[in-house]
Parts: sequence; C-alpha cells; structure tokens
Amino acid sequence: MIVEPTTILAAASRLSLDLLLVSIALASVRLARGPQAADRVVALDLIAVLVVAFLAAYAIDTGNTSFLDVAIAYALVAFLGTVALARFILRCGRRRNKDCTLPGRLP
Amino acid sequence: MNALIAAVLLLIGTLFCLVAAVGMLRLPDTLIRMHAATKAGTLGAGFILAAQAVEAGELSTTLKVIAVIVFLLLTAPVAAHLIGRAAYRRGMELYAGTWIDELDTAMQKDSRFQDTSDQEPSATPQGTTHRAPPEN
Repeated sequence: MIVEPTTILAAASRLSLDLLLVSIALASVRLARGPQAADRVVALDLIAVLVVAFLAAYAIDTGNTSFLDVAIAYALVAFLGTVALARFILRCGRRRNKDCTLPGRLP
Repeated sequence: MNALIAAVLLLIGTLFCLVAAVGMLRLPDTLIRMHAATKAGTLGAGFILAAQAVEAGELSTTLKVIAVIVFLLLTAPVAAHLIGRAAYRRGMELYAGTWIDELDTAMQKDSRFQDTSDQEPSATPQGTTHRAPPEN
C-alpha cells in the first residue's frame, strides 16, 4: 500500500499544529508561574517565537502562503515588545527608580 | 518528494519547539531558561519555516521565509542580551549550582556600580569569582 506524500504532509502538519499548541501551553505555565518579572518576559519571548512557528505550520496546513506576512509582522512587533519590557525591568518603571520593588513575586 | 522533505523538516522543527517549551518549564533559573527560549525555539521555528519554503517551492515564498529566518536570527540574541542584562542588574537569584560568576567580579571592579551599595567594600577582587563547585 502506497501512501501519497501529500497525505503524509497533511498528517504531519496537523500533528505539528497540535504539538505547537502544547508547547505554547507549557510556555504559558512558565508565564503564569514567574516567579520574577524577567522570567515572564523570557516566557513571552518564547511564546512569540512559537507563534511564528505556528503561523508557518498553519500556512503549510492551509496552503495559503499569506500567513507568512503575518509571521513577519508578528516577529517584528514581538521583538519590539520584548525590548520594551526588558528596558522597563531594567529601569524599574517609566522613570529610573532607585528603590525598585518590581521583580518581586506577585501577591 | 518535496512534500516528504517538508514533512520531515516540519516534524524536526516541531520537536525542537516542544523541547524548548519543556526546557522553559523545567530549567531552574532565568538565565538558564533563556538557553531554551533563544536557541531551541529559534532553531525549531527556522526548521518549520524551511519546511514551508520546501513545500511551496516558489521564489516569493522562499524569499519571505529567508527574511523571517534572518530576522529571527538577528533579533533573538539582542532580545536575550537585554533580558539577561535586566534580570542580572535587578538582582536575580542564581541557580544554586552556579559556580562561576565573572560579571559579579567585573561589576565590583567598576566604579560605576559602587555608589548604590552601602555595604563595606569587599576585598579587591582578582580574576574570576569562583564559588564552591556543586556537590553532585
């Protein structure tokens, strides 16, 4: 019995989408758990990369390559967000703050 | 044939992404977790994008894929550097098994980091800060 290569690709892309969703869920657990602000930013960065991968896999699954444009735009915005959050943590708020309490645990 | 290659690339990339997420959950401290986020995650996304390029087999798609991969490879180290710097400067707790901390020594030598500390200055550090190596 010969299986068509496109059937294999379709099955692989469905499996890939499921596993990527599991990955995003695992990274979200770290996002919720913290414990420090920097941990959450790292988790958000990983989630952004995983969403770009998910968009690419979804483009394969649907055969619609315009999802790649979405991936480009999302990667750009996610990078800007990561940089902004890292600077926010470093400066501890919008102004430079000597007595920083930001990285503590959430109540 | 293209579809088979694309399926293999897709599954390899998915496994890398899954490993990155598991590492994000299981590794012990911020700086160690950044290994999972920036290396395995970027490699996995790159494999999946490459699968898209192989599957489509068009010039326009391939160029877009190359653009995304180059962008990911350019921005991941920059973002990781910024997050690691912010986490370290904000006084994160290092993993208990960490036993080399060269940045601590360098910051103790640098006069710009002296004014905020009101503890007594430590003895002039030479070389690298070595902690006791982990027991196991």
